[in-house]
Amino acid sequence: MNGNAKLQIEHVSKRYWRETLDREVVALSDVSVSVADGEFLAIVGPSGCGKTTLLNIVAGLLPYEEGTVSIAGKKIQGPGIDRSVVFQHSSLLPWRTIAGNVRFGMELQRRFDKKTMTERTEHFIKMVGLAGFERHFPSELSGGMQQRVNLARALASDPEVLLMDEPFAALDAQTREFMQAELLKIWSAARKTVVFITHQINEAVYLADRVVVMSPRPGRIKDVFKVPFSRPRTLHLKRDPQFLEIEEAIWQLVEEKSHERTPA
Amino acid sequence: MSARPHKTFYRKHESSILGYGVLLITLIVWQALWSAHKLSPLFMSGPSAIATRFWDDLLHGHLVQDFAYSGKNFVIGFVLAAASGVVLGVLIGWYKKLEMITAPFTSALYATPRVAMVPLIIIWFGIGMWSKVFIVFISAFFPILINTIGGIQAIDRDLLKCARAFCATDRQIFMTVAIPGAVPFILTGLRQGVALGLIGVVVGEMFGGSQGIGFMVAYGGQTFATDTLFVGVLIIAFAGIVLSAAAEQLEKRFSRWRPDR
Repeated sequence: MNGNAKLQIEHVSKRYWRETLDREVVALSDVSVSVADGEFLAIVGPSGCGKTTLLNIVAGLLPYEEGTVSIAGKKIQGPGIDRSVVFQHSSLLPWRTIAGNVRFGMELQRRFDKKTMTERTEHFIKMVGLAGFERHFPSELSGGMQQRVNLARALASDPEVLLMDEPFAALDAQTREFMQAELLKIWSAARKTVVFITHQINEAVYLADRVVVMSPRPGRIKDVFKVPFSRPRTLHLKRDPQFLEIEEAIWQLVEEKSHERTPA
Repeated sequence: MSARPHKTFYRKHESSILGYGVLLITLIVWQALWSAHKLSPLFMSGPSAIATRFWDDLLHGHLVQDFAYSGKNFVIGFVLAAASGVVLGVLIGWYKKLEMITAPFTSALYATPRVAMVPLIIIWFGIGMWSKVFIVFISAFFPILINTIGGIQAIDRDLLKCARAFCATDRQIFMTVAIPGAVPFILTGLRQGVALGLIGVVVGEMFGGSQGIGFMVAYGGQTFATDTLFVGVLIIAFAGIVLSAAAEQLEKRFSRWRPDR
């Protein structure tokens, strides 16, 4: 459908056997969406809507039986160097310094020689605003700073698609807002295609070009909203009437779902 | 800026002053009772008598040889236990099937008090040095093994997922996530192994043989030489303190990255 789609998800379904319920659960049902090169796509939905399952499939961490996921026209087979993930939990190696952690992804992928890795490590630490903390250990950093390291590590491995799984969910409200603004700044410098999972609607509207709304049981795409605001965006945008209108519309859609069917 | 709160000399060193102060008072009272002949040398000894005995044995007796004998047995047994415990622990922790095969043996042997096996070990190895080495080995081996297995299995799921997302191979996960994550567990195992190995070397010498600090204690007891007995016990206590302090230092050195240390 989209000529210059970077990431294409077509008719992906995922079911698995849930031991505790002793029945099959449909985690994703016929999900199709394509993300253009350089686009920032956010996916929102209540818990259980399959958004994290979808991200894990795109990351290559979960096998899927139906549909196809392709990046730049190539079907994905497990994890690849064309993607990197920023996890909700910072997933940093506690025994490595910040520099060692940023380097970690590149080391595993073995794409760059030692000198390039060192240069890129330095560059991306600077980009996320952590210059001077190279030799610190993760336990010495705040939650927000740890997520910056996580982001630097993901960017340093030079992915074509950056996957972010509720990266700011564990942060306090203030840090979270600050990190959103920072992320937009970094994104406009790095120019990556981003898929951003969140359950906070205003975070999605603020960050993304388009917002995909998913609903649970079975997990599927309910609607896609185009966010019309120009960039660069500032945090003032969140007080804009049109912003609030979009936020409200998405909220209605998510709400509606939870009233529709509530099995006991 | 607030002024740095003033701390008196006592406040700064409170725990050492209280601890060592009480120790010193105990020694003084003990020595006073001993000097006043209130303690029977058959059942008790006094600080001065113990110090004299120590000095005498050091210069004219077998103390150095006994210490060297026990020390050598301990070191050989412990090094063998550490090497095999860590290597086997890593393998068992990493390969699920290997754990299933070995679990009945390890849990049964781990639960058996090692002292109960000493007579059997003496039948196998005789009363010479190798039965002592083996007792140290078997005492230190299990805590090292069990802790290492636990350390490898305690691999952080989030880190595992993250490494996989960056295309890590099993070998890379093993080297960069599993092994470094297990290091604190391994060090805990080594520290416990040191303590149990020390018990092993003493117990082994008490059961048979004619050398070593353990033998010295047993012999002192059988001949009512309470001063000799005390010298042996204090040497063992001192060795225990030094070794566990060393193990603790090693743990600290390798967990610099941990919070609140």
